[in-house]
Amino acid sequence: MPCPPHWPTRRAVLAAPLALALPAQAEEQDYAATERAILAGREPVADGITVDMPRLSENGNSVDLGIKVASPMTAEDHVTALHILSEKNPVPRVATFTLSPRNGRAEVATRIRLATTQTILVLAETSRGAVHRAEREVVVILGACVDAG
Amino acid sequence: MAEITARITLPTSARRGEVVTVRVLVRHPMERAVDAPGLTPLPRRILHSFRVTYAGAEVFRAALSPGITANPYVEFTTVAVETGAMVFEWEEDGGTIYRREAQLTVA
Repeated sequence: MPCPPHWPTRRAVLAAPLALALPAQAEEQDYAATERAILAGREPVADGITVDMPRLSENGNSVDLGIKVASPMTAEDHVTALHILSEKNPVPRVATFTLSPRNGRAEVATRIRLATTQTILVLAETSRGAVHRAEREVVVILGACVDAG
Repeated sequence: MAEITARITLPTSARRGEVVTVRVLVRHPMERAVDAPGLTPLPRRILHSFRVTYAGAEVFRAALSPGITANPYVEFTTVAVETGAMVFEWEEDGGTIYRREAQLTVA
């Protein structure tokens, strides 16, 4: 897949019938739709999440990302899932982490690829059915994409 | 079981109930099948799922995508409950499973 996928390549066109046969993957192609699918009608709260990521990244091939959610992580009240969504990557869902009270704290860190300057969205689902939401903009100087010329 | 190079960092010992940080760095290309003029696309090869079990239960799971860097790094925390092995399992596109273990001693 070229990156960003602004025009259909011969490969994408040839693969199209296959994509239709896999609706679960097809719906993953859109950032807003991916967020709606996770929210499933719930109204997100814009608090409780600390996103640790540089405001400006020289190199989109590896960007440090740390996420902390303010949660007691008890059996009654804990974070069940953490989602990282990318606005402009070819694949909007970067990662989903499944947590439980066994984690003690709702803290994860990883390194992600960023195609270009964009917004990173973090959604945290809790055992009480609430969804916390945080957005961060990141400026990327050199994207994690092959220049398709 | 296929071999994989991984660096798993966790304290050698912990008190019962202590929250320990586990850092996992694994050597893997996370090949995205980039298709651009002048490139011969390699087949997609992504470690799409990562699972950690400890003391009889799954304590952490991650669904990864091509948006995760090559040589993926994941850091999480877990409560030290008993002395035992932490089992790390990655699944790659095509169904290959890689497994590594690390020991945690709980005082």
